[in-house]
Amino acid sequence: MCGIVGLFAKTGEIEQSLGEHLGAMLVQMDDRGPDSAGVAVYRDPAPAGASKLTLYSADLLADWTALAGELTAVIGAAEVTSVRSSHAVVVVEAGAAEAEDWVRANRPDLRVVSAGSVIEIYKEVGRPHAFARRFSLGDFHGTHALGHTRMATESRVTTEGSHPFSTGLDLCLVHNGSLSNHNRLRQELRREGIRTQTENDTEVAAGYLAWRLREGATLEQALEGCLDDLDGFYTFLVGTADGFAVLRDPIACKPAVLAETDEWVAMASEWRAIAVLPGAGDARMWEPEPAVVYAWEKQAVA
Amino acid sequence: MTTVGEVTSVEVVDLATTPLRELNQRLHDLAGGAPGPRHWRVLNPNGAHAIACGLDAEIEVEVKGHAGYYCAGMNKLATVRVHGNAGTGVAENMMSGLVVVEGNVSQSAGATGRGGLLVVHGDASARCGISMKGIEIVVRGSVGHMSAFMAQTGCLVVCGDAGDALGDSIYEARLYVRGSVKGLGADCVEKEMREEHVAQVRGLLDRAQIDDADPSEFRRYGSARQLYTFKVDNAGVY
Repeated sequence: MCGIVGLFAKTGEIEQSLGEHLGAMLVQMDDRGPDSAGVAVYRDPAPAGASKLTLYSADLLADWTALAGELTAVIGAAEVTSVRSSHAVVVVEAGAAEAEDWVRANRPDLRVVSAGSVIEIYKEVGRPHAFARRFSLGDFHGTHALGHTRMATESRVTTEGSHPFSTGLDLCLVHNGSLSNHNRLRQELRREGIRTQTENDTEVAAGYLAWRLREGATLEQALEGCLDDLDGFYTFLVGTADGFAVLRDPIACKPAVLAETDEWVAMASEWRAIAVLPGAGDARMWEPEPAVVYAWEKQAVA
Repeated sequence: MTTVGEVTSVEVVDLATTPLRELNQRLHDLAGGAPGPRHWRVLNPNGAHAIACGLDAEIEVEVKGHAGYYCAGMNKLATVRVHGNAGTGVAENMMSGLVVVEGNVSQSAGATGRGGLLVVHGDASARCGISMKGIEIVVRGSVGHMSAFMAQTGCLVVCGDAGDALGDSIYEARLYVRGSVKGLGADCVEKEMREEHVAQVRGLLDRAQIDDADPSEFRRYGSARQLYTFKVDNAGVY
């Protein structure tokens, strides 16, 4: 199973209430994925020359201020801009890759959940309504966001195995389905220098996209590459700094619905997750074709 | 609803305030001709699953909005009209009756249906009529890939186009498509459209109340009967 939701704001009003709508959508997908929940929200760009990390600490009493001090001393002025439960957002005057590498090397107790300039990722085990409360989803404004509710099949129910998975700077992936060639592909990606942290199949798909993008593919080319190189069932939703993209495998067993109004574009596993949005009754609504990449970008609708 | 000479009331159930199980239980309580309202209207379906599922009574149910999965599944005798779109498996395993969807339907519409008529005024996505066993399906728009997969008996009429692998591993069902067919599945071939077939399409379009498609414009597809199960040498295997 698993549930996927995505919301792209076309008006300032929807941007201001993005988290509230995303939370409502996510809760509708509870019975598709009661094991864990997660969101990626694109918001509050880091200033020029700075980057933004979302970090996870299993210890809820982690001293984030001390971390900011360490980062400031070593790689660039750093500030913790928000702490929500087990996750903190840190803006640091350094490149995202450099900051990420430093945290990985020096703070093994923390995990980098996302890196870039606009993305923030939050994910935890548990049901979506509890997740929405714990992370105060209703507070979030942003330009667009993705969410996922997981019913685990391929690997354990852990925070690390929850979606979204970061696939590179400001990129993330959520997945409904299961991949059957992920072990082999994980080995091949490791040889290409792509790191994975779990035994999860979706993380391999995320790593595959990161590798293709690193090798110069466009997002669309990287997604089309999935059709040849991934074996299994999938509906993917990929978040980028400017929007999101949707791809279903050629058999299209896993559901997906798209809907659009003058105010928003939404994607979900099922209509009931879109029905909670304002004006949904009058939305243009369709089902994405198998093996076709659909993408929305900020510029395209401006 | 008012009819000449009498006033018939409509039982209105709002799913924003009434649990879905309560609605379905009340509908099930009408099975076997039990007394109760014959005309129902369901408000605020909002994509809920299994709306008006398992009916077994000569009643009419209007669903005012978009339905989720398995709407009107296993239907017997009843007429269910969805004034919106319907999700996966609408009218799946229908036995008899009529299901009409004004909008589009998701995959596996009419799957394994044994009887009755399913009418879709929009498009149907993948696997429409998969494993159909006697149901008749009329789609005013187009159908997605692998429609009528392993279709056994019954009839699928598509006024628009059909996706890839139409009628893969088909048995005796008849497929009629007015537009293009992206590709035929294993053992599915085009067949001669004789007068009896034109008449069959005309009859189904009439019952579906579709009057803007000319029955003579349809082409017929069915089984070439060349797969394993059709070889007489294999008849005693099971």
